[in-house]
Formats: sequence, C-alpha cells, structure tokens
Amino acid sequence: MHLRLAWRNIWRNPRRTAVIMCAVVIGVWSMILLGALMRGVAAGMIKNGIATLTGHIQVHQRGYRTDPAIENSMTTPEVVENALRKVLPNGAQWARRVRVNAIASNARHSSGVTLVGIDPATEARVSFIGKAIADGRYLKPDDPHGILVGAALLEQFETKLGRKLVLMSQDTAGEIASRAFHIVGSFRAEMQATEKRFIFVTVSAAQQMLKLPNGISEVSVLLPAGANSEDVAARLAAALPSGRYEVHTWRELLPLVTTYLQLMDGFIFIWYVVTFVAMGFGIVNTTLMAVFERIREFGLLKALGMKPGWIIREVLTESFFILIIGMLIGNLLAFACIYALSGSGIDLSAFAAGAEFAGMSRVIYPAFHGKDVVLANLVVIGLGLLVCLYPAGKAARLIPVKALAHT
Amino acid sequence: MAWRNIWRNPRRTLLTIGAIAFASLLLVFMLSFQFGSYETMINSAVKIHTGHLQVQAAGYQDKQDIRRVVPDPAVIGKILDEIPEVQAYTYRAQAFSLISSEDRTQGIVVTGIDPAGEAEVSKLKALVRQGQFLSPGDTNLALLGELLARNLRVNPGAELTVLGQGRDGSIAATIVGVKGIYRSGLDEFDRASIHLPLPTFQEVFAMRGGVHAVVIIGKSLAAIPFIKAQLKARLAASNLNRSLTVLDWEELMPGLRQGIEMDLISGIIFYFILILVVAFSILNTFLMAIFERTREFGVLMAIGTRPGRLTRLLLIESLSMTAIGISTGILLGSLLTLYFQAQGIEFAGSSDLLSQYGISGRMYPKLSLLSALSGPLAVLGITFLAALYPALKIRRLRPVEAMSYA
Repeated sequence: MHLRLAWRNIWRNPRRTAVIMCAVVIGVWSMILLGALMRGVAAGMIKNGIATLTGHIQVHQRGYRTDPAIENSMTTPEVVENALRKVLPNGAQWARRVRVNAIASNARHSSGVTLVGIDPATEARVSFIGKAIADGRYLKPDDPHGILVGAALLEQFETKLGRKLVLMSQDTAGEIASRAFHIVGSFRAEMQATEKRFIFVTVSAAQQMLKLPNGISEVSVLLPAGANSEDVAARLAAALPSGRYEVHTWRELLPLVTTYLQLMDGFIFIWYVVTFVAMGFGIVNTTLMAVFERIREFGLLKALGMKPGWIIREVLTESFFILIIGMLIGNLLAFACIYALSGSGIDLSAFAAGAEFAGMSRVIYPAFHGKDVVLANLVVIGLGLLVCLYPAGKAARLIPVKALAHT
Repeated sequence: MAWRNIWRNPRRTLLTIGAIAFASLLLVFMLSFQFGSYETMINSAVKIHTGHLQVQAAGYQDKQDIRRVVPDPAVIGKILDEIPEVQAYTYRAQAFSLISSEDRTQGIVVTGIDPAGEAEVSKLKALVRQGQFLSPGDTNLALLGELLARNLRVNPGAELTVLGQGRDGSIAATIVGVKGIYRSGLDEFDRASIHLPLPTFQEVFAMRGGVHAVVIIGKSLAAIPFIKAQLKARLAASNLNRSLTVLDWEELMPGLRQGIEMDLISGIIFYFILILVVAFSILNTFLMAIFERTREFGVLMAIGTRPGRLTRLLLIESLSMTAIGISTGILLGSLLTLYFQAQGIEFAGSSDLLSQYGISGRMYPKLSLLSALSGPLAVLGITFLAALYPALKIRRLRPVEAMSYA
C-alpha cells in the first residue's frame, strides 16, 4: 500500500517527475560513460605498454634493469626456460631477446637506437611486432643480415627497403662491434618514438655480432587473459635459482602507467561526487517543492494520525522511485553509448602527437568496469536518499493545524 | 517586483542560487587549475628543452642535419638585444656522436652550449646535482644527465671520448672531462643528453662559428607572438629570412600543444555535462515556480497585464537569481583559487608521473580573467535558455482557466 501510494504520487505531476528524472538520467549517464572512457584510456595505455616489448612479466639477469649492458646478459637461458615451463599457466607465451643500445648509421645519418634480437616465430606471439609490418616482410628465422626498422626511422634516415644499415654496439669483450644489415621491412607502431627507437634483427645475428654465444638479455612473458601477473611472477621467482635473476611485472616495468592507474580511481570518484552535487541541488529543490505543494495533504495525514516516521518513509519512497527509474534509464543509455563506441572507438589521430605526449593510444575504446558502474549507482542512490531526508524531515515536522490552514 | 518575487520563497531561491553558485565555483576553480598546470608544463618544458622561440636554419627542425646552420649567430643576437620583450637568449649546436667512457660506449646527441647564456635561458644550471656547471672559460669539459652517467659508469672527474662527424664531413674526435652531472626528473632527458662548452663543440665539429639554434626566452608567455613577429620582420629587413626560420614553442614541441588541446577539450566536455545537469535542476525550479503561481499569473493577466510583460518579469526574476548565483560562485571560486595559487596543491603519490611532464611536486592554479569568467558565462547562457522555456509557456496561459487552477 505504501509503495503503491508513493508510485501514484510521483505521477500526479508527471512533468516535474520527468524533469528531475532527466537530471538523474544525464547525471548517471555521464558518470558511467566518462568513467568507462577514462578506464578505456588506461586500458589502451596498458595494452600499448605491454605490447611494446614489455609483456606481463620479464626475467633478467640480476642488475640488468639498473644497467642494461651486454655484461648483464643471461648466459644460460635454459635455466629460465625450464622454470617457465614448470610455472606458467596454459596459454602463456614467452619470447627471448637480446636487447642492447646501439648506433645505427648509413652514409648520411646516424642515431642511437635499441637493437632487439628476436626469435621471429615466438616474438610474433608475444609483442606488437608480428602484426606491425607496414612494408616489406617480417624477419625469417635464418636471416643473418635482415633488419626491421620503424617507418619513422626510415624517413629520418632518408633510406628505403633493400638499402644497407650499419649497426654498432659494444660486444662482450668491450670492443666496438659493427655489422651491416639489409632493411627487409618496416613497421608501424602506436607511437612514433617506438618506430624511431627499436630495430629488430634475428637473435642469432645479434648473438654473433655481440659475441654472445647462446646468451640473451631478457625473457618476456605474455600471460593468458585473467591470469594474475603478481602471482605468476612470485611463483616464477621462487622456481628460479635465487640471487641470479630478477623477475618484474608490468606494474614495475611501466611505473608511469601504474601511477596513472592509481590516480584514476580518485579522479573517477571525485567526478562522481561533483556530478552528484550538481544533480543533488535539483533533487532537493524538487522534492522540497513537492512537499510544500502538498503541505495540506501532509497536514491532513498527520491530523488523521499518521506518524512522522511514516511521512518520512513516504517522501523517501517517492524519491527512491524517481532515482531508481532515472538510474535505470541512465544506465541503459550509458551502456548503449559504450556499446556503440566499442566498435570503432574514439579516434584521436587528429591529436596523434598530443596523445603520444600523454602516453595514450590513438584510438580510445571505452572499457566497461562493473566496479565503476556499481559505485556510480551507489553514489546516486545513497547520497540521493540522504539529501532527500531534508525535505522529508520538513514534511514530518509539520504541525497539523498550521498546515491545514496553509493555502 | 521581480526582486520581491524571488524572495517570496527564500528556501527555493537559495537552493537554486546554490546550484548555480556551485557550478560557477567549480568551473572557475577547475579552469584556473587547468590553465595553471598548462603554464607550468609549458614553462618547465621551455626551460629544459627548447626555449620559447628558436631561430634555426630552414629545415633543421625536420631533419637535424649538422650542415644546416645559423652561420653568424652574433647578428641575430644584435637584433634580439633591440627587442625589449626578450628576457634572455643563448646559442646551441648539436651533433650525434659516440660517447665512450673507460668501459662503456653510447650513441648520444651532443649539445654545445654557451655557459653564461645557458644559465639565463634554461634551468640546466640549477639541476646540477654532482660537480659543477660549466663556466665561461671552460674547454673540453662536459655536463651529462644522471642516467647517462650511470649507464657510462662515470662520476665527475672521469674522462669521455667523443667521436662524431663534423660539419664538413671530417671526423670529429676529442676527449672531455666530466665536470658535472644533472638530474631533471625527465628520464628521457637524463638518459640521452650531454653538454659541451660551445667553443669546444665548434672547434671539434668544425662548425666555423656556426650554431644550430638561437634559443630565446621572452619576458612572458603572452609576449611570444609579438617577439616572433618583430624578429621575423627584422630578419626580413636584414635579408636573412630566406635561409633562417623563427619557430615558437608550439612548433618546436607539437606534442605539448596538442596534449594541452586534448586536455582542454576533454575538460570542456566534462564541464558541459556538469552545466547540463545543473541546467536541469534549474529548469525544474523555474517550472515549479510557475506551476505554483499559475493563479497569480491568471489574476495579473485578467487585470490587463500583457503576456510579454509577464515573460519579461519571469526572465528578470531568473536572471537576477542567476546573477546572484554566478557572482557568488565567481567570488568564492576566485578566493579558493587564490588560496591554492599561494599554497599549491600537493598530489600525493603522483610526483613521479608529473615530473615526466615537467611538473615538480606541487600544482598551482592560476586565476585569470578568462578562467574566472568563461565558465560562469556559459552557466549564465544555459540558465537563460532553461528559464526561457517556462517564461514563454505563460504566454499561452488563459486567465479564466488559470485562475480556477487549484
């Protein structure tokens, strides 16, 4: 009876209900959609960071992270790979790499780059490079002189496919090793900096050049969806001989992304509260108006013996209905927008340099986080009912005689 | 009459004004905060990287080719001395080289700087953490970033070999001693930069007196377009405009400008939605007010008030409410902003992130006419639209029906 009364009451003045519902709908819609977009930016950053040669977990010789030099290579990668086979969940992939700083030069230009020696087949399953070839071809397993460079580097060096590129780096003996390669393909990456920084050769070519028989610099692991990087990393560290290796997860390898993620929870919550306050003024005002309009009605109810508690309940139930319906529509609208955007995403190519500066990917796909949706709805319903206590309390404290005399 | 009307129901009026004031306050503060952080970002980026303006050889920005030089920088210096808005300027030259320490070798872009001028233009001098900054008479000494020093395993006093290619294609080689090590907090910069005194650089790389950039700092960010125009005109007058170009910080760092634009646009979307939510609250209040007063309007019309006057009356009522709301909002927002402008805002746990964008520790909002007024004006516009709908609605009111409205 209580509910039915409240339900009928809110439709006595449909326009007022509709307007306040609009405010709730827009509020909830914007909370959820913008929350999803912010999460999408973060997801893009993580995905991009992980694909750009980071992976979920990396294993190095102890000391490599602070001093990424050739002396800090792993000379017996079999030990690490045996541990990986034991520990990794099904569906995980890993790739071994030689990774050193080098100098690339041709007749006209030279520049500092990161030389990455890869095993073409396994690397393609772990990082972006397998799907990033823009021109020419990918490396073959036996490609002693083939080299892949970024499209931006090609332009910077005023060179093209088939031309020669000389790489210089320090070898294990401390001497400067140099070797000529032929550009067999060029790749495109999300960020121009990646295209200019990384050049790829086969792992055996890199080992020969650097006099590093069988040694590698790092193992990068890509976990299947749903696996917890921290857990796997801990198990992996336990399975490896202690003291010789270091195991890092992407959270440690991409400190900027991690900080951004931590900040974002706070930002989203602040945004929710700010939107709610804007909305809250409207909710209070409308409920207050509704209460005043019905002063006589409430006076009568009280005169008939209705307890103040009941009146509070009555007003709150009406607000509850309005909030719930507004939230439902708001949620549906937001989901529809997220769904519509999830196909093509929001393309930021017009701001490519700006996106790169901010470390964002060029296309943002909204990311749906159940936690945010629940939080948004809780904020609206919780605070919404809280602020409605004020008009409800006003109605409950009416003095019947005065209220009845009110015109 | 409008004024009295709005105080007939003070609670409702106060709540409406509260909503408007809240939105205005928030907009003033957030916009000031955004503009403040942009200014911090720009200033720290120009102080570390590029300066506000650079004079370069045409095409050097795209292809950093050692042969594209500013042949006689002193001529430009003389022109700059005559422009009062210029605060300081210096010369720089750059070349890619192999830097070797006793046991490590790296390929790095070497920059030649004029120690006296550089100290006024960039923050480099203040960033030195070990050893000392270069002094004007120094030859064959170098400053380098902390991460580079760590990678090369050197400390102040160690020796480095520099090996590159000179302007004329000859081999450029020399030995320099490490005089100081700096840390900017920007990993990219600290990992890949080394500075030599300009005379040493010019000698080693056979620059024949040329440099690659004249780096200029203006007295304020707002003066930059003026300096740029002046400089261009004077270069044209001395017939130097064919081979040289003037680039401002936006052209030197396109990523920074676009990053700012992107942030501003996303900010505007946020604010727009916020204003929309507020507008619905306000629309609702206005609508309510009119339903409540239907009888009153009926009476007014019956005694001969024209609908146009009623519309005007209502608009004046709503506008005066909005005016009170936004002026309160602007006032409180400005006070809040000024407080934080003096105190700064600390972002716990994010200093690593911010330092990569060149913002150190605290953020300072910056109150300006633009940031104080643009947000509230948007609120004014939207509330006016929100009030227009109910105000026009009463035109369709019929006196008799209205008076019998319960």
